[in-house]
Amino acid sequence: MKITKQIVEKHGLKIEEYANIKKLLKREPNLLELGIFSAMWNEHCSYKSSRKHLKNLPTTGKQVIQGPGENAGVIDIGGDDAIIFKIESHNHPSYIEPYQGAATGVGGILRDVFTMGARPIALLNSIHFGSPDHSKTKSLLNGVVSGIGGYGNCIGIPTVAGETKFNSTYNENILVNAMAVGHAKKDKIFYSKAKGLNKSVVYVGSKTGRDGIHGASMASAEFDENSEEKKPTVQVGDPFTEKLLMEACLELMKDNSIISIQDMGAAGLTSSSVEMASKGELGIELYLDKVPCREENMTPYEMMLSESQERMLIILEDGKEEHAKNIFKKWDLDFVVIGKTTNTNKLTLKYNNKIEGEIPIDSLASKAPMYDRKWIKKKLPKSKIDFKSLKKVKIKDALIKILSSANHSNKSWITSQYDQMVMCDTVQKSGADAALIRIHGQEKIIAVSVDSSANYCKAHPITGGKQIVCENWRNLVSVGAKPMAITNCLNFGNPEDPKIMGEFAECLIGIKESCEFLNYPVVSGNVSFYNGTNKKNISPTPVIGGIGLIQNLKKPMNHQFKKGNNNILVIGKTFGHLEQSVFFEEIYSILDGQPPEINLINEKNNGESVLEIIKNDLAESVHDVSSGGLLIALAEMSIGSNFGVKINKPKKLTNLFKYFFGEDQSRYILEINRENMKKVEEILKNNNIFYENIGLTQKDYFEVEKEMKINIKELYKINNQWYNNY
Amino acid sequence: MNSSVIVFPGSNCDRDIAVALEKMQFKNQMVWHKETKLPKSDLIVVPGGFSYGDYLRSGAIAGKSLIINEVIKAANEGCLVLGICNGFQILTETGLLKGALLRNKNLKFINKDINIKVINNDTKFSNKYKKDQILKINIAHNEGNYITNPNHLKELINENLIAFKYCDKDGKINESCNPNGSVENIAGIFNSKKNILGMMPHPERMVDNLISNTDGVNLFSSLLK
Repeated sequence: MKITKQIVEKHGLKIEEYANIKKLLKREPNLLELGIFSAMWNEHCSYKSSRKHLKNLPTTGKQVIQGPGENAGVIDIGGDDAIIFKIESHNHPSYIEPYQGAATGVGGILRDVFTMGARPIALLNSIHFGSPDHSKTKSLLNGVVSGIGGYGNCIGIPTVAGETKFNSTYNENILVNAMAVGHAKKDKIFYSKAKGLNKSVVYVGSKTGRDGIHGASMASAEFDENSEEKKPTVQVGDPFTEKLLMEACLELMKDNSIISIQDMGAAGLTSSSVEMASKGELGIELYLDKVPCREENMTPYEMMLSESQERMLIILEDGKEEHAKNIFKKWDLDFVVIGKTTNTNKLTLKYNNKIEGEIPIDSLASKAPMYDRKWIKKKLPKSKIDFKSLKKVKIKDALIKILSSANHSNKSWITSQYDQMVMCDTVQKSGADAALIRIHGQEKIIAVSVDSSANYCKAHPITGGKQIVCENWRNLVSVGAKPMAITNCLNFGNPEDPKIMGEFAECLIGIKESCEFLNYPVVSGNVSFYNGTNKKNISPTPVIGGIGLIQNLKKPMNHQFKKGNNNILVIGKTFGHLEQSVFFEEIYSILDGQPPEINLINEKNNGESVLEIIKNDLAESVHDVSSGGLLIALAEMSIGSNFGVKINKPKKLTNLFKYFFGEDQSRYILEINRENMKKVEEILKNNNIFYENIGLTQKDYFEVEKEMKINIKELYKINNQWYNNY
Repeated sequence: MNSSVIVFPGSNCDRDIAVALEKMQFKNQMVWHKETKLPKSDLIVVPGGFSYGDYLRSGAIAGKSLIINEVIKAANEGCLVLGICNGFQILTETGLLKGALLRNKNLKFINKDINIKVINNDTKFSNKYKKDQILKINIAHNEGNYITNPNHLKELINENLIAFKYCDKDGKINESCNPNGSVENIAGIFNSKKNILGMMPHPERMVDNLISNTDGVNLFSSLLK
C-alpha cells in the first residue's frame, strides 16, 4: 500500500514528522511501520512537547531509589522496604466510555506498579467532571465511579483516597487520574531494561484483540463533535485476569528468572518491546504468528497496535522457560515465547518467517521528536472585585451554601462504592486529610493523598503549581507523616497553543520550586495534553499524589474533634485572601484575581512544627486549612464528630468574611488539650511560628461569637445531602 | 484447631482470613481450588473476593470447582464450614446453604461499617457472643440481598437458623438499616445442623483495633472452644 498524505494524517503524524521518518529509515515505511511510528511518536508515548520542561523537575534525593523513566517511581522507607507508586491519566477514554475508561485506567496503573515487583497496597484517584447541570455529568459520574470500583474491588486492592471536583471547564473533557501504591523488598525490584543476547521474549496474560487500536493516538488529539465514534479505541478491562496476572508475576518474581519485565500499556506490544530494547541498547525480534490472538485473522498491524489489557512482556534468563510456564499455567494464563533479543539494535517483526517490518530502535525512542514549543508567560492578574458593591450575606448562610455545594459535600456516596478495607491494612480511610496504610505485618505506616487546584493554576500557573505541591505536603503532615516524594499527573490543553504551553511550563516552574525547597522530589508521573474539545481547553490541572511515612504510629491522627473544652489553635497567619476563593466562587460566582501566595519558608517551618507536636502526642486532632478557608475547615472537623466549636470574634481583621473564608496558605488547625497547651506553645515559640488561639471545642454546637450558632447534626445533614439528591 | 482456607482464582480476602485465623491460634493451611483432597480440618473457610471474576453469577463457577466436592463431603460429615461474602454466595450455589444472594437493592457495590445483631448465640460459631449483642462490622459486596422461599424462611425463623440480622446502632431492626434489601434483614444463616455458617459481613476485618475494632474476634474464639 502506498503511504499517502491522508494515511499519514490519519495516523496523527505531521507531514514534517513523516519526512523525518523517511530520513531515519532511509526509505518509505510500510503501513505496519508507519503505525508503529505513530504509536511511539504521539504525544502520549513520546512526551515530545513536555520532555524539555520535565527535565527541570527535581527527581533525586536520599529517599529515591528510582526516579522517572521506569514503569513507576521507587522510594526507600527504611529497613528492607520500598514503596513503588505512580499516577496516570485515562481522561480521553473515560469521556467516551466512562465505565471501561476508568476501569482500565485503574488496571493500567496497577500493572505499572506490580511490574516492578511490588504488591499493590492502595489505590487513589482524582476525578474531575463538568458542571453538575451539564447533561452528561451525571452519567459520567456514575460510570466513572462504578468503573473505578468495579476494577479495584474485584482485584482486591483497597481504594483509600481521592478527590472529586466539578467545574464547567471539564464539561466536554473529564479527567480521570488513577494512582497505585505498592510495597516491595528493596532487593526485589524489577526493571524494564533488557540485558543479554538471544534471551527469550515471553508474552503472558490475556490474548490480543482488536480493542484499543490507536488508543494512545486518540489520547494525543483534541475531541470534536465526532468523538463518540472513537468508542472502539477504548480498551475493555478484565480485573479477574489482572488479578491472576498479578499473582502469577509476583510468584515468578520470587526467584531470579526474570531479566526484565514491562507491561503492555499504551501502544501495547510496540511500546513494551521498544522500551525494553531501547533501555538495554539491544535489538528485539518478534514472531507475530506466535502472538495469542482473541480474534481470527489479525494482521501484524493490528497486533502491534492493539491495546488489549492485562498483558505483559518478560525477558527470561536462559533455561527458565519451563519453570515460568508452569506458574502461568497454574493461573490459567497464556505463556508464549514470541521473540528474542538481538544485537541489531532494530525492532524486527516477522510473520511466518517473512520480515514484515524493521525499524531502528533509536528512531522510535531517543530520536523521537522533541519540541521546544512556543510558550507565553502569564501576568499576575489584578482583581477587579469591589467587595463593598457585593450583596451582603450572613456568615451562617455562606457556610451552609458552601457545605452543601457539589464540591464541598461529603463524598461517601462515592467512597462507599469502593472497597476500602480489603487487605486489612487500612488504618485510615478516605475523608481524612490523608489515608493511612500499614505495611503488612509491620508497624510502619504510609500516608497517601492526591490533590489539585485548577482555579489557582488557571489564575497564575507558577503560584498554582507551587501551591498544589504544598497543599499535598500539608495533607500528609496533618496526619503526622513525614512527606517523602510525589508522583504527578499533568492534565493540560493543547500544547500547540502558546498560552496552554505557557500554563504547562509555568506550573512546572512552580512545582519545581516547592519540591526543591521541601525536599519532596518527583519520582514518577504522566502528562496528558489535548484535554479539550473544539479548541476549548480545560483549565490547567496538575494533580499531585504524595507519599508520607510514619515510622512508629502511636495513634492515627485525623481531623475530627475529640473532646469538648479543648483549645483550638490556628498555625500560620490569616491575612484574608479572598481572590480565587471558594467563597467568591460559590456565593457570588466570581472567579477573579490572583491565587494566594506561598511563602515556602513559612510552609516548611509551620509543617515541621505541626509534625513535632503530633510526634510528641500533644494534638487531639489536626486539619489543614485549604479551599474554603478557616470556617469550612472548622466545620469539617465538627461534622461527623460529637463536638463543635465556640470561636471568638477575631481581634485583628475587621472583615469577618476575609477572616473566616480567606484562603491564605500554610495554615493548620490544631485541637489541643488544655494540659498540653504549655508544651505546644513552647514548641511554637521555639520555632518562631505564628499562631492564634481562636476558641474552644464544645459539645453539639458550632458557634461563632455573636455571629452564628448551629447544631452540628444540622451541619452534618447539610453536608450529606448533595449526592443523594443529585 | 486445624483450619483450611480454600483459594479460588479471584479470591481476594483469602490472606485476610488467614491472618485472622493465625492471630487466633488456628493452625491454618491454604488449599488451592485444583486440589482434590482436603488436609485434615476442623474448620473450612470459603473466603470473600470475586472467585472466577463473578462471571456467570457470583459464586456459580466456584460452586462447580474440583475442591468444592471435598468441601461438600466434609460438611456432610459434620465439619464446620464458614462462608464469608463471596464464600456465602458460593455455599448457596453448592446447595449447602439454601436461598440465594441477589444484587443489592440500590444496584451499587456497598462498602461500609454497619451494625448486626447476634440472633442465635447457641452455636459453635457464636457461643462467645451474647444473645442480641450488637456488633459493628464491615460489609463489602455487590450481591448481598438474601432471598429464599417462604417455607425455608419459616424454617430459618422456627429453627433459629438466622445467625445475624442487620440492625441500627441501638439494635432496632427495620428497613432503614437494611443495607442491601435482604429478607428479614438477614446478614447470615446456618444450615439445619448448624455446622455451616454463611454471612455477608467480614468478621476477619474486625480483629484489630488499629484498623477497625475487635467485634469479629468472638466468632473465631467461639470456634476454638
